Amino acid sequence: MIRDITIGQYYPKDSVIHKLDPRTKLVGTLAYIISLFLFNNFLGYIVVTLFLVGVIKASQVPFRFIIKGLKAIIMLLMITVLFNLFLTKGTPLVEFWIFTITKEGLRISLFMAIRLIYLIIGSSMMTLTTTPNQLTDGLESLLGPLKKIKVPVHEIAMMMSIALRFIPILLEETDKIMKAQIARGADFESGNLVKKAKSLVPLLVPLFISAFRRANDLAMAMEARCYSGGEGRTKMKPLLYQVNDYRAYAIFVLYFAAIIAMEIVL
Amino acid sequence: MSIILDKVNYIYGSETAYELHALKDINLVIEDGQFIGIIGHTGSGKSTLIQHFNGLIKPTSGSIYYNGEDISDSDFNKKKLRSKVGLVFQYPEHQLFEVNVFEDVCFGPRNLGLSEKEAQLRAYEALKMVGFEEDLFYQSPFELSGGQKRRVAIAGVLAMKPDILILDEPTAGLDPKGRDEILEQIKTLHETTNMTVILVSHSMEDVAKYVDRLIVMNQGEVKYDDTPKEVFGHYLELEEMGLAAPQVTYIMNRLREKNIPVNVNVTTIEEAKEEILRVFKNR
Ligand SMILES: Nc1ncnc2c1ncn2[C@@H]1O[C@H](COP(=O)(O)OP(=O)(O)OP(=O)(O)O)[C@@H](O)[C@H]1O
Ligand SMILES: [Mg+2]
Repeated sequence: MIRDITIGQYYPKDSVIHKLDPRTKLVGTLAYIISLFLFNNFLGYIVVTLFLVGVIKASQVPFRFIIKGLKAIIMLLMITVLFNLFLTKGTPLVEFWIFTITKEGLRISLFMAIRLIYLIIGSSMMTLTTTPNQLTDGLESLLGPLKKIKVPVHEIAMMMSIALRFIPILLEETDKIMKAQIARGADFESGNLVKKAKSLVPLLVPLFISAFRRANDLAMAMEARCYSGGEGRTKMKPLLYQVNDYRAYAIFVLYFAAIIAMEIVL
Repeated sequence: MSIILDKVNYIYGSETAYELHALKDINLVIEDGQFIGIIGHTGSGKSTLIQHFNGLIKPTSGSIYYNGEDISDSDFNKKKLRSKVGLVFQYPEHQLFEVNVFEDVCFGPRNLGLSEKEAQLRAYEALKMVGFEEDLFYQSPFELSGGQKRRVAIAGVLAMKPDILILDEPTAGLDPKGRDEILEQIKTLHETTNMTVILVSHSMEDVAKYVDRLIVMNQGEVKYDDTPKEVFGHYLELEEMGLAAPQVTYIMNRLREKNIPVNVNVTTIEEAKEEILRVFKNR
């Protein structure tokens, strides 16, 4: 029951996008997000749409998985649209009671909604095609220069990837313990707040114990293999740019240039 | 008193990228008083199957009947079902949480709404039934050995006095002595209380010795459902599934190949001994 929540929501496939270097995808996503706020003309939306559709097609991720991420922002989306719709001043289009909808309001709220949706879809394209581990690897490498000013980049990345690794394990464990206690007649649903909180004890105690045991085991295993932080550490699979990554960067540059050029010319 | 599974299918993570068809068209009838073994290789769906018996998992399709009532009916009392069908999970010691052993075993009966006195009485009986030493009753459950923890966990379910006891690999991770002790106690329990017992296991040797009906699972399907003797007759097919018949089955078949007229239908070492002696005496 609990395992249905997948963190990071990686969708395994063997597409061009999946195989790109995580750094490329991180930089690309960042550039894409910035680009969304750079233009303000109709042609811009067409270019962005084409670009996004191209990426989605190339990634081979089914469309229904991509729009799943949108569910989370539906409230935000509605509020944004409503505020912009009713509170923008300009030439009135429709008037009833105390509400006025203006031409500008309609335009702004529509474009705002599209931008938000594109933002979410764009960033889920990254998480759908990159495993959490690749992402932290990419981040570590991109933030590498910060080591010069004594930021423990490697340690932070390691902590992130361990935390990410443990989320599904702990979820699974919670599921198991919950079922085991339900089999002993435990009731996690009914009762008032105090009773509910109390009923969590049989779940939380074993869960904490198991988390500590796992953490301890992991620390031991890392130490047994002489782990001592990032200093002088090499990687089994170092991140290396492939031809496709350079192509991707070229596409990003072209796309970015197109957006800016349009904004200047039009 | 029976459980009937009718065309039960179960799919993990349906409608995601990780869909997994864990159970395929399972039809089973669990009768009263039987001692049943469920065997199958890792990932064959044993644990998934038994969680259907007490309604912890809802089948993706198909129905389950307990005493003729459909357990997915909205007015069916699931709590009652769970007290009647006791399920001991794989590595049940991971569910211990109370300050001492006795309190932990009381958890089940208390959840049934029994009086404090009755709950304690049941906990005492259950701990005795699994052969747990009395001077450890007030020990913290976290300071026990693996085998002792396992017993406490089993007692925790027994204290609810189920009609059907399901044990998911009760001997995993125990040494041979601990394993035999626990299995013997389960057998005694079955004989004295006439409780239905379902034993999930990897080991053919274990089940061969105790059960009178054997269900073999393979990739989410019930492959065989018969007496152990009949099932072990298919020892070549079992091997293909990554399982093995008990070693005596191999020995007896080998003897047969060498034209020694033994009956290959024996399952335990004891029976094999008798059979070989019988053949040699008749010479
Ligand atoms: N919570 C879950 N979410 C997704 N898939 C699962 C889950 N639990 C089990 N599975 C998968 O379902 C299949 C059957 O698992 P199950 O635990 O029933 O096997 P098993 O026969 O009990 O194996 P074992 O002997 O290792 O305990 C396996 O392929 C497993 O990976
Ligand atoms: Mg199992």
